Amino acid sequence: MPKVRFTPHLRRFFPKLEEGPVEGVTVAEVIRALDQKHPGLAAYLVDDRGALRKHVNVFLREEPVRDRDRLSDAVAPGDEVFILQALSGG
Amino acid sequence: MQLLLSTRKGLIQLVPEGTSWRTLRLSFPGVAVSYATRDPRDGRIWACLDHGHWGQKLHYSADDGASWQEVAAPKYPEGAEVKPGVPAVLRYLWVFEPGPADQPGRLYLGTEPGGLFRSDDGGASWNLVTGLWDQPTRTTHWMGGGRDHPGIHSIVIDPRNSRHVRIGISCAGVFETLDDGVSWRPTNRGLKASFLPDPSVEVGHDPHLLVACTGAPDVLWQQNHCGIFRSTDGGAQWTDVGEAGGPAHFGFAIAADPANPATAWVVPAHSDEQRLAPSGALCVCRTDDGGASWQAFRTGLPQRDCYDIVLRHALDYREDRLVIGSTTGNVYVSADRGVSWSCLGNHFPPVYAARFA
Repeated sequence: MPKVRFTPHLRRFFPKLEEGPVEGVTVAEVIRALDQKHPGLAAYLVDDRGALRKHVNVFLREEPVRDRDRLSDAVAPGDEVFILQALSGG
Repeated sequence: MQLLLSTRKGLIQLVPEGTSWRTLRLSFPGVAVSYATRDPRDGRIWACLDHGHWGQKLHYSADDGASWQEVAAPKYPEGAEVKPGVPAVLRYLWVFEPGPADQPGRLYLGTEPGGLFRSDDGGASWNLVTGLWDQPTRTTHWMGGGRDHPGIHSIVIDPRNSRHVRIGISCAGVFETLDDGVSWRPTNRGLKASFLPDPSVEVGHDPHLLVACTGAPDVLWQQNHCGIFRSTDGGAQWTDVGEAGGPAHFGFAIAADPANPATAWVVPAHSDEQRLAPSGALCVCRTDDGGASWQAFRTGLPQRDCYDIVLRHALDYREDRLVIGSTTGNVYVSADRGVSWSCLGNHFPPVYAARFA
């Protein structure tokens, strides 16, 4: 199973969030699985259509995901998915 | 009575202390709060959040702000489009309006990009009001004003008839429903839209804020992009009541006296081109004759080196008191119907909304 890591910022809203293995063969499936475990989490990462929010980044194997719209990038067992926020101003 | 300041850095609650106010708490530290208000039916405080990263969120507190519960924010339905080829997704929670006493569980949310959402179960679920979304002028004549897409920032429920609701949209104008949201019609006759080729169009106006006199609900006021307008017949006809040659003309906020249909307050700004405090000085203007004349009150407000703008939801009136909060983080209150003001602080974050609650 792919392993997911998070920005610590998300623990403010989801204190039980932990790094670890999550089911899924695409980034979209990984986020759906995370949302089942932590209800409401997906709405923090993607918009009404399921597209990645403008100031959220998902890295797959240390590269930004290519398909920010549908999150169709394939995820292999052993891959690391890193979810974090973009940098922002004051 | 409390004071709710929705600011760029969180929700600040203030409570009366002697003749002034003191901060009770800061909720959502560091998170922009676009609007907050109290539902008088159950006492809940509702807060609309505008996270820089994580989107628009909706929270309520049933214990006066000590703890908060998040409920799912509304979503635009699959396939909804702002205009052909532009998918509609929730961009901003402009205003939250509790429903009337005879519609328990009813709540309204006005949003960008132009959707009005309604809940009938106390916020557990939200539905787009499709009668308005399907209004034929929406994709052709509504447009963004200050933000990318149209926004619903004013929701006024007729106290005589809960099925009669008026909304203000920037930019589109004022619309009303008489059948609880099934059908809507524009009520913009008499308004001016000087930024359009035809200033007297039916749809395309920019009412910065729409308010009504609670005790005389056919008397409506709006601080419009193109002046101050008043209607005495429920919006069938609007009249420009701005002050020729005086400061009471351009601005964002307006408050109506709930008991006296001839009285309203505005916080003038210098022109839509500059959006600055007029002549570097802040004033609040009041009319007591339906807009025929305006008095500018300045006592206690900065009269030099001032750049403050008061946004549309950052002026409120209750029981002879007024509050204003500015984009420069200054907050002032008046206990004498706006004649004189005292400062609550000069170091607040930019204020998006100030509401007595």
